Amino acid sequence: MNKKLRVSPSPHIRTKETVENVMWDVVIALTPAILAAIYFFRLGAVKVLSVSIITAVVSEAIAQKLMGRKIQIKDGSAIITGILFAFVVPPTLPWWITMIGAGVSIILGKMVFGGLGHNVFNPALIGRAFLLASWPVAMTSWIGVDGKAGPTILGVLKEHGFSKVLDMFGNQGAMYTKLFLGNVGGSLGETSVLALLIGAGYLLYKKQITWHTPVVYIGTVFVLMWIFGQDPLMEIMSGGLILGAFFMATDMVTTPYTSKGKILFGLGAGILVVWIRLKGGYPEGVAYSILLMNGVTPLINMYTRPRIFGGVKNNG
Amino acid sequence: MKLFTFKGGIHPPERKELAEDKEIEVFAAPKVVYIPLIQHIGSPLDPLVKVGDEVKVGQKIGDSKGFMSAPVHSSVSGKVLKIVKHPFPVNGYANSVIIENNGEDEWIESKAVDDYTKLSSEELLGIVRENGIVGLGGATFPTHIKLNPPKDKVIDTLVINGAECEPYLNADNRLMIEYGKEFVEGVKIILHILGIKKAVIGIEENKEEAIEKIQNLVANEDGIEVGVLKTKYPQGGEKQLIKALLDRVVPSKKLPSEVGVVVQNVGTAKAIYDAVVKGKPIVERVLTVSGLGVKTPKNLLVRIGTQFKEILESVGIDEEKTEKLIMGGPMMGLAQFTDEVPVIKGTSGILALTEKEMNSYESRSCISCGKCVSVCPMNLMPLMYAKLARFKEWGEMDRYNLMDCIECGSCQFICPSNRPLTEGIKIGKAKLRGMKRK
Ligand code: SF4
Ligand code: SF4
Repeated sequence: MNKKLRVSPSPHIRTKETVENVMWDVVIALTPAILAAIYFFRLGAVKVLSVSIITAVVSEAIAQKLMGRKIQIKDGSAIITGILFAFVVPPTLPWWITMIGAGVSIILGKMVFGGLGHNVFNPALIGRAFLLASWPVAMTSWIGVDGKAGPTILGVLKEHGFSKVLDMFGNQGAMYTKLFLGNVGGSLGETSVLALLIGAGYLLYKKQITWHTPVVYIGTVFVLMWIFGQDPLMEIMSGGLILGAFFMATDMVTTPYTSKGKILFGLGAGILVVWIRLKGGYPEGVAYSILLMNGVTPLINMYTRPRIFGGVKNNG
Repeated sequence: MKLFTFKGGIHPPERKELAEDKEIEVFAAPKVVYIPLIQHIGSPLDPLVKVGDEVKVGQKIGDSKGFMSAPVHSSVSGKVLKIVKHPFPVNGYANSVIIENNGEDEWIESKAVDDYTKLSSEELLGIVRENGIVGLGGATFPTHIKLNPPKDKVIDTLVINGAECEPYLNADNRLMIEYGKEFVEGVKIILHILGIKKAVIGIEENKEEAIEKIQNLVANEDGIEVGVLKTKYPQGGEKQLIKALLDRVVPSKKLPSEVGVVVQNVGTAKAIYDAVVKGKPIVERVLTVSGLGVKTPKNLLVRIGTQFKEILESVGIDEEKTEKLIMGGPMMGLAQFTDEVPVIKGTSGILALTEKEMNSYESRSCISCGKCVSVCPMNLMPLMYAKLARFKEWGEMDRYNLMDCIECGSCQFICPSNRPLTEGIKIGKAKLRGMKRK
């Protein structure tokens, strides 16, 4: 043969799957929730989403350029961060604050660590935490889907108690239905449990996520809230828990990689949510619970190392 | 039906269909053969012939006094042209005996045994060694050593590896279908050598014809049974096979004999039959020529020492599209830098792979997806290996149980970032071995 043959170590074949596929699967999975957000929040949603996505992608490109790296915005990870960031802020957020937040998500949340795969915390949640500290008022100015300003369910619950929450909807059944379909105020991406679950189903089907973290996370919140005498169904369907459980607590980069580790992550995050909602100063808690658990992830990874085949337990 | 399996593993595209129904064809002995003086794991051999000598088929042309060795034999009759370094499919170059075929196919006198049951284990092991038998699955471990486990280990079961879990390859499958009788006889000889009664032949579910054939053949054999395995890679890994078929776990860094098992490959069993009953040393073997770069994929019976080039030319190769030439399977096989390498005892397949089937992809940062961890059949943490190798953290690699890695490649196959995991593993292992020797 005259041709130069390629020589490299085995294996010589690999899966068709690439980082791009993985990331685009997540984008596809987020689409129902995007559509729901646009349906319920109209122009506000379109504005926040587009500003956030464009900012995320552009700032990643600029950062990669400045760092002398190859520009890899095509891998889709910046788009995901852009969508997720838009999903955790109010639909009324001014465009320039959105821009700052999305930029911070990428730069402080991801690029300073060295880019995709190297970050410790969920980038979108870093952006959210940053804005909450810098523009607390803008970040908590919620509107209902009726366009009128008003607090979120969990806000009402915190301030005025459960009976007041029921007053907002009329009765419990109506509340559940609205929470499930998406007719309530709050962050962009939290609005429709149904839309989120459709996307989650897709990710599970494509094996991009496993059930461990979301099920344990949501289950823990449900059980603990029930034990503490709260309405567990309402608790799990509001405040971004579904979004967080399926799309953020499952982020590959910042969460554990073994099943055992994933279960621990879900459990820890679940306990934190309950603790923050019941005892903390915030009505919510999903974002902080995930960020805190992100910080513990390296430790979890270390202590959940699989036991090697034919070996004794090795904890590193 | 109960399907046996293990935990972890992957499902690469099988591509068995390219050649699985092709009957074994005899590939004509070439004009010149290139026989490397090392075709086993262990010490290289000394030539027993000189340039100009006339040799016959089956004549021993290289041997060594080293413990870990197995002799090689001429695969043609003719004249020794040269004894020089020649491209070698395992690594670079090897001292090789180059013989010109006179086309006569004159054989040495056969030393066939009429009734092997009258022979002792030692005598049979001697025959196995003299006939140059090594593990034909690709590992090429000298068989007479493997069949003579440490005396303090009680062996009760022989496991035959008929899984052939590497994609593309059909050599063992075809052997079982076309030479089933001889193969089963070989299994019985091995049982006799080991002095035990029980053998399990593990065959993957996707080889229905072979399963049926062998099941019929062993129906009346006491102690020999077929275990149908789930089709999954690396089902044929020794430790995975033993776990799947017998539910025994070979302890870390230990051999199968630790749990009373000896594992042999299908081709090896057939070779033992040939050696004992027909008095034939290894001068040829069955292999699969396949890959999308090959025009007519086939299963061939090829003389040892035949250059890949001649085989590829005969089946038709698309040079334009072929990017890689592999000896063995796509998961664990060895990439070749030239097609002038010869077929050796361990050549289970020759693959001409195109870009289309390889799915090459530029390596990216690890995204911690954990897929490599979940497929690793040895329950290791493959994601660490590329990283640690890059920072030359050999000691740390050892703590991540690097030496338990069977180099199956599953982790790198599944990695969406195409991390150089196996490269790190190979470098790390070499470094650690070096460190331990010091
Ligand atoms: S680490 Fe070794 S044993 Fe595990 S999947 Fe990778 S190559 Fe196979
Ligand atoms: S499969 Fe690749 S990207 Fe995923 S954890 Fe393993 S090394 Fe990292």
